[in-house]
Amino acid sequence: MSKHHDELDEKAPPKGGFSRRGFFRGVGVTSGAIGSALLGEQEAEAAQAGGAKQGPGAVPVALNINGKVHNLNIEPRVTLLDACRNHLDITGAKRVCDKGTCGACTMIANGKVIYSCTTLAIDAQGKQIQTIEGIAVNGRPHPLSTAFVNNDGQQCGYCTPGFVMAAKGFLDKNPNPTYDQVKAGLGGNLCRCGTYVGVRKAVLEAAKAMKGGKNA
Amino acid sequence: MPNYSWPPMSTRKAIGQRLSRHDGIEKSTGRAKYNSDLNKPGMLQSALLTSPYAHARVRSIDVSAAEKAPGVTAVRVIAPAGTELQWQSQEIAVVAAATEPQARDAVRLIKIDYEVLPHVVREEDISKVGNRAKPAGEQLTGDPDKAFKEADVVNEGHYGIPVLTHCCLESHGQVVQWNGDQVNYWPSTQNVSGIGGDLAKNIELPATAIKVHQDHIGGGFGSKFGSDRWGVEGAKLSKASGGRPVKTFLDRATELNIAGNRPSAYAKIKMGAKKDGTIIAWESTSWATGGMGGGAMPPIPYVITNIPNRRLNHSAVATNGGPLRAWRAPNHPQASFLTCAAVEDLAAKLGMDPIEVFVKNIEYAPEPRRESYIYQFKKAAELSEWSKRWHRRGDSGSGPVKRGLGVGICSWGGAGHASTCNAKINPDGSVDIELGSQDLGTGTRTIIAQVAAETLGLPVNAVKVKLGDNALPPSNGSGGSTTVGGVSSSTRIATVNALDKLFEKVAPSLNTTADKLEAVGGKIQVKGDPAKSLTWAAACRKLGTQSISEQGQNNPRNPLGLNTQGVAGVQIADVSVDVETGVVKMNRMVAVQDCGLVVNPKLAESQVAGACIMSICGALMEERVMDQQTGRVLNPDMEFYKLAGAADIGEIIVHMDLREELDKRGVIGLGEPPTVGGVAAIANAVANAIGVRVPIIPLTPDRVLRALEERRSA
Repeated sequence: MSKHHDELDEKAPPKGGFSRRGFFRGVGVTSGAIGSALLGEQEAEAAQAGGAKQGPGAVPVALNINGKVHNLNIEPRVTLLDACRNHLDITGAKRVCDKGTCGACTMIANGKVIYSCTTLAIDAQGKQIQTIEGIAVNGRPHPLSTAFVNNDGQQCGYCTPGFVMAAKGFLDKNPNPTYDQVKAGLGGNLCRCGTYVGVRKAVLEAAKAMKGGKNA
Repeated sequence: MPNYSWPPMSTRKAIGQRLSRHDGIEKSTGRAKYNSDLNKPGMLQSALLTSPYAHARVRSIDVSAAEKAPGVTAVRVIAPAGTELQWQSQEIAVVAAATEPQARDAVRLIKIDYEVLPHVVREEDISKVGNRAKPAGEQLTGDPDKAFKEADVVNEGHYGIPVLTHCCLESHGQVVQWNGDQVNYWPSTQNVSGIGGDLAKNIELPATAIKVHQDHIGGGFGSKFGSDRWGVEGAKLSKASGGRPVKTFLDRATELNIAGNRPSAYAKIKMGAKKDGTIIAWESTSWATGGMGGGAMPPIPYVITNIPNRRLNHSAVATNGGPLRAWRAPNHPQASFLTCAAVEDLAAKLGMDPIEVFVKNIEYAPEPRRESYIYQFKKAAELSEWSKRWHRRGDSGSGPVKRGLGVGICSWGGAGHASTCNAKINPDGSVDIELGSQDLGTGTRTIIAQVAAETLGLPVNAVKVKLGDNALPPSNGSGGSTTVGGVSSSTRIATVNALDKLFEKVAPSLNTTADKLEAVGGKIQVKGDPAKSLTWAAACRKLGTQSISEQGQNNPRNPLGLNTQGVAGVQIADVSVDVETGVVKMNRMVAVQDCGLVVNPKLAESQVAGACIMSICGALMEERVMDQQTGRVLNPDMEFYKLAGAADIGEIIVHMDLREELDKRGVIGLGEPPTVGGVAAIANAVANAIGVRVPIIPLTPDRVLRALEERRSA
């Protein structure tokens, strides 16, 4: 019942029931002691490096998404997911659990798979963010997108963009996966309609189609 | 009357093809827009204040600070002072603001004083629910007391299956804009044609004032038919905010708590049988909850209903939990589990194979399906290697990992609902098929295109299907596995009607009459003389400037043989259980399912496989856990309301029962039936593996270990 694995180490589940974002929603982000105590080590360093208190009002945030820089004025508590969905109309990534469990919000940041619902937009600055909208290859659907169709790895489709992005992150690091590796590699994403049979086949088919490093 | 009947299996071109779903690439590239994805100009966001208590009265509520909060455009009180709140997360007030964080901040400024009242939220021990249990009255058939005395073997057991929630990945909600005398409504709904009328009733506008549109829905499973409190309040917030659109989608915790659930079912069951396995008596005392309305008795004994001597007692238990909603095959998975578990336990006591016991008693099943069940038991046994892998209960070797097989069964109706289709053949040769229906991810768009293409002799991709708008001809909501029968039949009728008009138009130029023409392979040709033909494009050009536009209706009272109802299905689970850790691992799930004429076997297999996976979730993981102390749901998130992942499901083998005699029955719905038998099959496989019944679902490691412990101490 593994819900994560080594290749998707960026998607470690939240510890305990405390909602980091819920806290941010209440107080804004500071570099002070309270804030740091609740942040991960790297995030605390980043926050301190940033210096001055940010928020609680709107602050300028620059996001590089699919190769294009978007300048926003949003509150520091806004997640990367909500920045994309509510402010940029980039809506392929979905808000489902909103807690880093289900993977429907999956994006790729600097080549690593992330849950964008538990990433603050201000923390995503300076990173190359890739969303489902940005993975087409020369204007054609990514081989994973095509393989999901061929193998019927989707029903309602709401989890699908997240699955495609998680699978892309997985295949980028594991271009020749075995069937068992694929099953484990998709462990960070959940589907309610029950499409895993098609999803698993789709990832194997896409792996074959992507061989030779032809894909971004 | 034209001949609307389905072409025979052997001559079909488009129907029966294993086509990929038409909207697949939109979804897998992220282009598909769900209504929760919408960003309308000037759109406001909203947030709900909901009850933290399972039972309380609102003494006072003060929204003045919220109204003055930054970005807020409107605040509405749903539960004014004096309102009795009956479950956690019941709606109290709602705020619209420029941004979502602002709306949430404003909700926090609402001051509310509660009088906390006593609650009951747990029902598995009926002795502790006091007067919350309402007995429904005894149902008596034959003489069970006498029959139990005559039985060679009597088995008694207790079984339970908890409340589940729908957990639709796209939460419940909508974008709605009430501007003047018109409301534009973009809900997440299974009921495109009907939901506008539901909203209209609640906001006192004529139904024609509500314009509904939805291209895609991110899961419904029976929980998204009405406009809901949040739909009504969304509309009113929009009106109060000068007609700006307002977006409301429930957060996950609220969705899990109040947007519907599947009622529980608990039962003590006693069965009596003769030595040869003939069941002669059934006695059950059952109870269930799905919130304050309680829960109805599942249809037990399931499938083998007509056991000659039966006594049934049931109580509906009112609990302070969110209200139930239809959940794929309402009450059938519960009934299948209760019945199949009791039969399996009886079979173990008889020393018989449970499939043998079912077959022995198949005369208690409805006559038309008996032969299907026997065939399907045989097929499922073959695919699961039953004869090789099934063993007597508990006889599964000496190591800590025990393997076992178990069986579960299903039945369902699935007749087509009322549906109207408009078929347009245009002078440029294009074809538009229009229905106010919805594609829940079941493949409705695709199968409609296949039916139209079959009738018109065209490639499937030449047909454009428009769904998802209440300006289109009405179809009923998608519930009860009624959609495929309804829309395939209305599409068939509409396209036959439209084609007849085209035949009339082109017959003179082929020197013949309309009744002599047929549409085959992209041509209109004279029957028996294919040399006399026009290409489809040339034929349509004869229309001049006027499209043909013809309707067809599926009338459920007279479906013309195009659709019907009544299916059977058998599922077999193959599990391994570690008796040291209690962990159950799925090896394989076999599903044999009929649903009459299958328009697209690829999509049908996906439905069945998906239903098996849902059953795995339900058997091994899913449970809404209530805390009697606080009255709250303990797991209102996807971390602890668990669903299976891609590695948890083993292999799924789907066999669609496509035999011609079933095909001739017409189209029958498929959404519900394959969700029914899986929990029973898995629970029985676990009992077969470890030699003892784990009575309560889900079969979590603690429950498995407890059952083993109880046997040791017995």
